[in-house]
Amino acid sequence: MKIEVLGTGCPKCIALEATVKTAIAKTGKFVQLEKVDDIMKIMEYQVVSTPGLVIDGKVVSTGKALSVDEVIAFMQNA
Amino acid sequence: MWKESVDYLTYNILHLEGHLGEAINFFIYDTIKIWFLLITIIFVVSYLRTHFNTEYVRAHLQGKSQLYGNVLAALFGIITPFCSCSAIPLFLGFIQARIPIGVTFSFLISSPMNNEIAIALLFGLFGWKVTAIYIGFGLLVAIIGGYVIGRMNMEKYVLMDVKPMEGELDEVKIKLTVKERAKEAYIYTRDIFKDIYLYVVIGVAIGAFIHGFIPADFIAKYSGAENPFAVLVAVIMGIPMYSNAAGVMPLVEVLTGKGMLLGTALAFMMAVTALSLPEAMILKKILHVRLIGTFFGIVGLGIIAIGYLFNAIL
Repeated sequence: MKIEVLGTGCPKCIALEATVKTAIAKTGKFVQLEKVDDIMKIMEYQVVSTPGLVIDGKVVSTGKALSVDEVIAFMQNA
Repeated sequence: MWKESVDYLTYNILHLEGHLGEAINFFIYDTIKIWFLLITIIFVVSYLRTHFNTEYVRAHLQGKSQLYGNVLAALFGIITPFCSCSAIPLFLGFIQARIPIGVTFSFLISSPMNNEIAIALLFGLFGWKVTAIYIGFGLLVAIIGGYVIGRMNMEKYVLMDVKPMEGELDEVKIKLTVKERAKEAYIYTRDIFKDIYLYVVIGVAIGAFIHGFIPADFIAKYSGAENPFAVLVAVIMGIPMYSNAAGVMPLVEVLTGKGMLLGTALAFMMAVTALSLPEAMILKKILHVRLIGTFFGIVGLGIIAIGYLFNAIL
């Protein structure tokens, strides 16, 4: 599984990255985590409100600092 | 009823009198009232907001004609959340979807101006009439400002090269249950309230001090009809205050109560929300200074005009 956090350094983006790390640790899954801060790459995902959460190339959430449980739910549905 | 309870508390239980009593009475009354309204209105707005997000707005603005696009963008600005930190992806994303920059600016002016904190405070402090005037004229500034910028051919001042996408964006649908929406609205309200409740207390405390101790003539002399530059000064002072809107607005209420003209107060509040220095700094990374200057200039002039207009007719 590959998770990408899209964000240009806004407070919510940093919060989401930390949340995703906690969620990964909690599930114990093997996950490749990448922080994407290149604006052009973010645009390619058609995301206009950061932070964006991308799981295996699919955008699952935009503009929200999710909770740990919400991230885990997204991971299980992917 | 709330007014009577606070009166009873300050005068009968605490036995306070004179200036001090008046100031403390005002402080308790206003703080709790504003807190209550903020929580209620932010919850309602953020609940409605779960139906829209910026991606949804972008898909709906795509391919709309100039003026209609400006009007639509300004209206969308009321219901979508805005954070200056996401101004860059928003701006570039709109260009990518081939939305004209004038329409994008209509959204960029309207969205922070009609934010839920400002609306909640205005409603609580000044009543629905002033709130309606604020929103109505705010929309007008956003529509006309965006339209004028759109006619100035300033696309060349966007410093980043965005490849316009082919074809149309898919319809964005947000499927959530009522419970999920309520939960999201609750979390949002809680986070916002945590950020601003202290500013409200500080703003009201200073306001209470002015209310109890500073004579009305003093305020009227500097911000009332006697000072022809009041609107201009108010707008310039409003620019660096964006993040403190929650603290600034209770102060403005006290000042208007003491003789500051309503047009001046409106212009000041619009400047606080619509012209934000941090947003300009962020946009500077992708926009030429000339474009940002034009944006601030046009919005500033619009707000000043509204201020003088209201001072003249009210």
